Amino acid sequence: MADLTLDTQGVSCPLPILKAKKALADLESGQTLEVLASDPGSVKDFEAFCRTTGHRLLEQAASGETFRFVIERVG
Amino acid sequence: MADGVQANEKSMSIIVTKGTLDWAYPPFILATTAAAMDVKVTMFFTFYGVSLLKKDLDLSVTTLGNSAMEMPMMGGHMKMPNIMGIMPGMTALTSKMMKGMIKKKGVASIEELREGAQLGDVRLIACQMAMDLFEYDKTDLIDGLEFAGAATYMETALKADLNLYI
Repeated sequence: MADLTLDTQGVSCPLPILKAKKALADLESGQTLEVLASDPGSVKDFEAFCRTTGHRLLEQAASGETFRFVIERVG
Repeated sequence: MADGVQANEKSMSIIVTKGTLDWAYPPFILATTAAAMDVKVTMFFTFYGVSLLKKDLDLSVTTLGNSAMEMPMMGGHMKMPNIMGIMPGMTALTSKMMKGMIKKKGVASIEELREGAQLGDVRLIACQMAMDLFEYDKTDLIDGLEFAGAATYMETALKADLNLYI
């Protein structure tokens, strides 16, 4: 169970990333954020976001039109 | 390090030269995304880009001269002939349609992205020369801006990892 869930379904790039960044800033190091998105571009975007910022992408899954990511805050 | 850039931090500068609705998106999307990815961003607004810093944004877009513009209509895409763009009221109509599409598809408004940029500590610089040229007053623009010239931009750009001209 993630510490916080962020639903960005219905909004387009770059809002899912911007909102996730903001949500992660409110978490402690080690806590997790679950992000729900409907933007297909978000799959590659969250991978790139995690690679660049150092936060860990623990899970990613797609079911129907919803994409789900679980990100662990690092640092 | 100068400009508040930390040792491992990447930095980016963007020169923003255009002020139409469509051209407002690339600089603000890139700036906010970069800021979200821990990049130190500087945006230098010059010429028509200064209008993106106005307190009350009323951005417009025209089909005139935009031969690449195809609007999604009735399941397909419709090209916009120039002759249509000349007609009175067309710019206002096109701008309204575009803003409607943007809202419907969940794309952020320029106001939202601009606010996001400021929250993300993006440095916003207004070109003093362009302000004098087009007679913009500081009071016409949003708060939190720096006012400077080309040399200020140049110093930042020379040190930045990525420089874009939009």
